[in-house]
Formats: sequence, C-alpha cells, structure tokens
Amino acid sequence: MARHTDHLGRPIVAVTGIGIVTSLGVGKTDNWAALTSGKSGIRPISRFPVEHLNTRIAGLVDFLGSSNSGPGALTYELAATAARESLAQAGLDGSGFGGPLFLASPPVELDWSERFALYRSSSEEEGYRRLLAVARGQNHDTFFLNTQFGTIADRLADDFGATGLPVTLSTACASGATAIQLGVEAIRRGECTRALSIGADGSATAEALIRFSLLSALSTHNEEPSKASKPFSKDRDGFVLAEGAAALVLESLESALARGAEVIGVLSGCGEKADDFHRTRSKPDGSPAIAAVRAALADAGASTDRIDYVNAHGTSTPENDKMEHLSLSTVFGERMRKIPISSNKSMIGHTLSAAGAIEAAVSLMTMREGVIPPTINYDVPDPAIELDVVPNVKRSADVGMVLSNSFGFGGQNTCLVMAREPG
Amino acid sequence: MGAHDVVITGLGLVSCLGEGVDAHWRALTAADATPAIDTERYPPYTIHPLPAIDWSLQIPKRGDQRQMETWQRLGTYAAGLALDDAAMKDEAMCASMDMVIAAGGGERDEAVDAMILAASEARPDLGVLLNEKLTTELRPTLFLAQLSNLLAGNISIVHKVTGSSRTFMGEEGSGISAVQTAAARIASGQSDHVLVGGAFETEHPDMLLGYELGGYLHRDTWKPVWQRQGSVGGGLVSASGAGFLVLESRAHAEARGRKPYAVLDKVVAGRSSRKGDLAAEIGKLLESCLPGEHPALCLSAASGAHAATAAEKSALDARGSIAARGFATRTGHLKEAAFPFAVALAAIVVSRRTPYPAFDAASEAAYGGPVDAVLATSVGYHRAEGVALVTADA
Repeated sequence: MARHTDHLGRPIVAVTGIGIVTSLGVGKTDNWAALTSGKSGIRPISRFPVEHLNTRIAGLVDFLGSSNSGPGALTYELAATAARESLAQAGLDGSGFGGPLFLASPPVELDWSERFALYRSSSEEEGYRRLLAVARGQNHDTFFLNTQFGTIADRLADDFGATGLPVTLSTACASGATAIQLGVEAIRRGECTRALSIGADGSATAEALIRFSLLSALSTHNEEPSKASKPFSKDRDGFVLAEGAAALVLESLESALARGAEVIGVLSGCGEKADDFHRTRSKPDGSPAIAAVRAALADAGASTDRIDYVNAHGTSTPENDKMEHLSLSTVFGERMRKIPISSNKSMIGHTLSAAGAIEAAVSLMTMREGVIPPTINYDVPDPAIELDVVPNVKRSADVGMVLSNSFGFGGQNTCLVMAREPG
Repeated sequence: MGAHDVVITGLGLVSCLGEGVDAHWRALTAADATPAIDTERYPPYTIHPLPAIDWSLQIPKRGDQRQMETWQRLGTYAAGLALDDAAMKDEAMCASMDMVIAAGGGERDEAVDAMILAASEARPDLGVLLNEKLTTELRPTLFLAQLSNLLAGNISIVHKVTGSSRTFMGEEGSGISAVQTAAARIASGQSDHVLVGGAFETEHPDMLLGYELGGYLHRDTWKPVWQRQGSVGGGLVSASGAGFLVLESRAHAEARGRKPYAVLDKVVAGRSSRKGDLAAEIGKLLESCLPGEHPALCLSAASGAHAATAAEKSALDARGSIAARGFATRTGHLKEAAFPFAVALAAIVVSRRTPYPAFDAASEAAYGGPVDAVLATSVGYHRAEGVALVTADA
C-alpha cells in the first residue's frame, strides 16, 4: 500500500487536474506545444491605443469572449476556463467540487470605460461628486460587482460548487503560488480532501501598463515584441505585462488513489519569507528569497541535491534576475551552475497574479513529459549570472523534483517544491 | 485547554472613538453616546471619520509615511498598536511572525481622475486621452501606495514582521477568512504567532462610490444601525478604522509569560445565497459556535445594509439568550476590518468580565449575564458571513 503521509506525518498533496490559459492559447496541449517550441506570445498591443506609451507590447489574452470587456470580466473568464479544464482532467466536472476555492486575482477597480459612462450620463456637478450623484440615481449592478473584490471568486464558487467562503488573495507577483500554498495547507490540516487553487489575471489595461511603466519596470523593446522578454540576458530591460490563468486541483493522495484519479504530481513543499527592505527592491543580501527557498525545501523534507530543475521567477528585470541568481547560488552553491533553470516568462511574459500558478502547472508538465521548456531570447548572456538557463531550445531531461520561485512587490517571496512521484 | 489553543494577546484598534483598547472601552461603556460623525464633507452621506492620529508614534520615518496613502498608513499604525499591546515588537519574534491582512484597494488620485473626466466631455478619443493624462499626471509612487498587498508590505518594512505575508481581498469576507485562516494555522501547529487584521479608510469619494453603485449607503439623518430600515438610501454608514489582533498558540504565549485577553475558540464562515433564507443561515453559524441556551453577548458588525442587517437581527432575536451589541452604531461600518474589530471588542469584554451596555437602548436588550463566552459576527452587506466564539482564558 502506498504511503499517504509525508515526512512530517501530514497528508501528501497530489495534483489531479491542471488547466491553463496564456497568450499562447487555451489549454495544456496548445500551451505545452508552444512553450516547448520556444514560441513567444508577446505581441503589439491592439486592445487600447498606445499613443504616448513607452511600452507598446504585451502578452494579452485577446482571443476570449470577454477580452475587451474589462479586467473583471476577463479575469473571471480566464479563471473559469482554466478551472473547467483542470476539473475535467481530475474527473470532477459535472458535479459539485466539494472543496474550498483559493483565487489569486488582481485588485479590482472601476474600469475607465465605466467611469466615463457614468460621467457622461449627467452634466450636473463635476468629478466624483457627479459619479456619486449618478450612482445613487439608478441601478448599476454590473458596475457595482466590478468594484467588489469578492465578485469573481463568488461566481466561480457558484459555477463549480466550491464549499465554504472562497478566499481571494493577493501577494502581488507571488499570488498564484500563495493560492496553491493555501490549498496545500488546508488539505494538510485535514479541513478538506481537495481544494481548487486558481491564479488568474486579465488586468492589463492602459492604466495598469502606465503604472508599471512609471516604476520603470517594463521592457520598452517594442520593435521586436517576441524578443522583449529576455530573462538572465545582459540586455534585459524589464518585464512584459501579460495575462493568463492556471488552475490546479489539489487532492490528498489518499483521496486521489481511492477514487482512481491519475496523479499528475505532488506538491511537496511550500516556503515563504517576507522582505522588510523596500517596497520594490530586495534586501541586497537576498536573505528573504534565500529563506523562502530553504523553507520550501525544508517543508518538502528535501535536500538541495534532490532538485533537478528550477522554474525561475525570471521576470527579465535587471533587479529580479540578478537577485534570483544570488539567492539560488547561495542555497545550492557550486551545483547551481549545473542545475537547469528556465523562465516561462521569456515566452508568455509576466502574468502577475497568475504567474505562480501558471509556472507551477508548467513545472508539473515538465516533470511528466521529461522535457524542459527553454528560456528564449537568450542571445547575450549576462556574465554576472552563471546559470544553465536552457537557452533558446527545449531539452529532454529526467526531472523528478522542481523548485518554482515567485517573488513580488511588497517583499513577497513564495517558493514551491513539486515532485513527479509521491514519497 | 491545550498547547495549540488560539489565544488573543494583542489588540490594535482605531476608529472614530479613538485609538487603543482603553479608549474604546471607555467610549463604549460611557453613558454619553453622541456618535462621532461627519455630515459635511460627503453630502448626502454621513461618515465616521478618523480621530486625530500622530502617525509618527507607530511609523517613525517620514519617508515611510509618505510612501503610503491613508489606508495603508492607518493599517500600519493599527498593526503597530497590536504588536505593542502584545509586547511583540521584538526583532526575533517579528521575524518569525506570520501575517494575514484583509485588504481592499487604496485611494485613487481624485484630482487626476476629475481632470480626465472633465476633459472626456470634449474628446472622442478617450483611450488616447487616458494615455496622455495618466502618463504625465500620475505620481509614480501612487501605484504602490494604493496596491492591496502593500499594506502588508509596509507592515513588514515598518514593524519587521516577516515570517510570512498574505493579503486576502473581498470586503467583509476577507476579514473573516483572514481570522479563520490565522486561527486554523495556529490550532494545527502550522504557525505559533500571527498578526491578523485590516483597515478601511472611507474619507475618499472613490471608496463611497464602490458602495453607492450598489445602492448601499444610508442617506437619511443618522440613526443607530438597527433603526435604519425604511430610511432613505441603503442603510450603511461607512467609517474609517482598523482592527488588528495578535494571535498565539497558548504554548507560545505562556513561554513568554503573556496573559491573553481571551481564547479565540471558534471561527466559522459562510457564503449564503442572498436570495435564500439568510436569517436561517446566520442562525446555523451562531448555533455552531454557541449551541443551546447559553446566555451571551454578541458583538455584531452589522453594517446597516437593509437586507443583511434585518436578517442578522432576526437571527439574533430568535435566540432570546443572545444580547446583540451592534457596534456600527458607534464606529460606523469598517468593511474589511469589521470582523477583526468585532473579535477584538469581544476579547476586551471577555477580559474585563463586564458586559458592554446597550449601544442603542431602543433596539438592544440589557444584559447582565456572564461574559465568559462572547460571540462576534460579521454579515457582509452583499456577501459573506462569519461568526467567532471568544471565551475567557481559564
């Protein structure tokens, strides 16, 4: 009989379903084919005008029904699309899911199209006084729901029959990993036998792009969009804003085996550590990221030599890639030069709230398929970053355990350790 | 009683009543109960404003203060109060401390928005207008000063809480889930000390707009929270304030010789269909925390929103042994912070062994029973319900 508990006597958490949507397409099949052929989903922006913008490229999901319906509608559709795929794979579609929902999604605000619509429906007063006067004059259910942070998870919980009060969370660019961590912890506590963890982000509006631009965070490599995201390269100049979603069905190994579900992989460990140095910059010694990696390994009960591959946060900003290299080199020592590490963001850009979930999904597929997706656009290596970034071309490899990193503004550091086989 | 009991050892409170445990106890037990309200700034709405705060008492660096809008500053301030109250401002203690924050969004730049809206009346190319104005008028640092997870980020920077940092979103429900998750982590041994709480700053028209698009704001003359049915508007009187808790395992608190305020015995949460029988669903949550006829005070975070508040009142009234204290009558509605604030007020009354008087004598029954088991509720104006049971430390 298989062992159902881990090194600390906790239920082992299996993954029994994966769903994914990125600018490369809908579903695991299309995304995996594109990711392993080194295809970029970064394109010129057509959703909104780009006049006056320094960055005019993004990895937008422009092919869904609600791609032009605002961040709330698109984030919901991304999440629901990924969730449906994951539940179908897990064999849990069609009935109530019967477990909690953890949703990583972007903070919401009224969209500018809505603000303009409200403003134009009156000529009395100005600014917010007018918006408030219009608001109290009539029913604005759709607009209202778009201002409520709980709306998307509420709809998803209804759609899929999640139990209890769903959790919507943000840990900035680590959100997707945190959603998975919350699911893992709930199963380990014995509160549930399965959990649905989703990271979704359809918030790439003009204002979002401008905000990141004003922080000098974005690549301005507009001429060749597919070349803009170049993690670990010497000429990297920022991340590329992107959209996407991934959903993972997490399940106690015991429950998965009992119902004959296919075990895709195992969530072995989660680690986190907050940084108190600065709102956007990491502590110069990298100690928080180092602590997060070590915490994930300790939680998994794994020594550093068990890690066969690192799915990098790898945003393509000068700061992140330098600090990620420093942190990993500290934890793994000399061996880090030989551990393959690649950044999915080189192809799909930075999907913000969704990134941690998408990258966990790709990590699990990497182990299953025995193929590591490359870091594309690696043409000018940064001599200060000595890493095997699986440059430009996929690689076959026997990968039994993966470390996936997620680091975000606000000192957020969350790392996941995943394994191909239980135990 | 066990090592993994979840005990409450620190409270950080800010509301229109003042700041800190003693100020709130005094205000809530005072005979004179004139509400601290402002009817001038956002007519026709009444709000409960922040008290005067010397931010530097908890956020010593001016540079840090400048990096935050008021909501983040308020939360960071109240978090500091809770850490002080728990005697937890210790480097090693904070470095291993977990954190779950219930957050909304921050304040937009009202002037920039107004400028764009005004210009929009003469422009057909709204997309280009947005790019033109936002690229030149937005303060670069405003993004971070209003970003949801940056309240937690600032607490890490200012108070050095770095064990972990998670931000939950979703109005009252985020506060409920934050407390529930923090307590569950301690009870299971996943954590031994957690900072949990939230803040809401209502003195910004954008924050009022979110409510009013759903028709939730009270527009009539001010009334106590249980007496707004039938008044003009939606019944909710919004407020600025914050509620933070330091939760610990009993073993962790005892090891450092801290006497807890109370035990956080149970937290339950629900997401009822608001088209169904909400009162019955609230009733089930109440029963699961305190079954039978046990007499108890209930610190209710009822917002005043008509349907939700009527359902909660009906659920509470159906249990004759429960005496409700709707503290929004005194503080206004605190949104994400409502549930942590309710739990904090429950912890205070349990530790002082004396019940709060009625906050609205016309609607709330007098209570002279025991205060060894006190309920705290939050029924969201639009969705999410939570109930906690707070008990006396043996």
